[in-house]
Amino acid sequence: MSHDRDNASFINRQSFIELDARERAKSLFDVGASRELLGPFDRVESPWLSMQGVTPQADDGCVVMKGKISGQAAVVVALEGAFQGGSMGEVSGAKLTAALDLACADNEKGIPTSAVMLLETGGVRLQEANLGLAAIAEIMASILALRKHAPVISVTAGPVGCFGGMSLAAGLSSYVVLTREARLGLNGPEVIEQESGVDEFDSSDRALIWAIHGGEQRYATGLADALVGDDTQEVADAIRRFIAKGVPPVHRSEQVALYRSRIAALDTSRQWEPRDLRATWGTSGSVGEKR
Amino acid sequence: MEQIEYDYPSRRKVSRKAHVGVVGSGDLEVLLEPAEGESSHVFIRTSVDGFRDTWKAVLDRFFAKYDGVVRIEINDAGATPGSVLLRLEQAVEVSEQ
Repeated sequence: MSHDRDNASFINRQSFIELDARERAKSLFDVGASRELLGPFDRVESPWLSMQGVTPQADDGCVVMKGKISGQAAVVVALEGAFQGGSMGEVSGAKLTAALDLACADNEKGIPTSAVMLLETGGVRLQEANLGLAAIAEIMASILALRKHAPVISVTAGPVGCFGGMSLAAGLSSYVVLTREARLGLNGPEVIEQESGVDEFDSSDRALIWAIHGGEQRYATGLADALVGDDTQEVADAIRRFIAKGVPPVHRSEQVALYRSRIAALDTSRQWEPRDLRATWGTSGSVGEKR
Repeated sequence: MEQIEYDYPSRRKVSRKAHVGVVGSGDLEVLLEPAEGESSHVFIRTSVDGFRDTWKAVLDRFFAKYDGVVRIEINDAGATPGSVLLRLEQAVEVSEQ
């Protein structure tokens, strides 16, 4: 019975979403081939949070691991969505930037090194304001430098999603991997509702939010390269596939004319439904494979 | 945010450190490291003020069972006493593996 088989694979899968940032990062490497850099015992934590009465975390919610994926050097940076919404502060931003820069330096020395960013983040950490904004600018510059040499793969699995400035980091990635539970967007639902009113976007309407920001819609409209199940093996397999593919001939963010023409051709005099957008934009523009 | 510190007499040497948990709502992070001397030091930062006595009660109970010369650092985001004790026991389990 295929139902029995489906049930068995569902029960036996290892959920990726349920893993914390450290476990997520570790699960992507070849067995026994990873080590953490600047871990919690190095105590490089945010100096700004305790001044504002917010408990800091010893790794500032950013886990950096170096090791091998498919036998090739790779760095994985995982943001912990449970700590301050995975927000980017001075320290977490510097850790991510430095990891990307070191990978870039290794590539320039002739050691092919890919980067994977596990993004569960609301963007800039408001308590660190300008330092968080500056960090995101640095992250984007580092992605642009690295992606010439090796693929930069971003994964958003949920439940936080990837919003704000870090959605730009996802947009600059060579490949974007999402699950159905993931959400990807510049402004989060609460922000849109707050700015434009509940009539524009009801942030309590989960069906509406996932129909627009959800991983399935982002993949179907060509803004992501793979849609995977909530399964650690599926996520790891997708990353291995994209590392094997290497640097795409044209990055999504380089296709300015394509996206400009899409927006120009959109009739804004009527309300667009998410499924109409799928039909109109299809999956063209996606640089990855289809499933 | 409140900072709380306690010392407990301890004797047994511990060889491994352990890190468990996350500073997420209702949860906490525990960093447990081997230390020198004959006492253990506990350093707590908690987002919820005014529960000093409750922290003392939880740690008294923990050190009534646990003997190890350690430095424990807790970063708390409003965990219940039960969650705190479970995380401390998890840290011990990881450090004894």
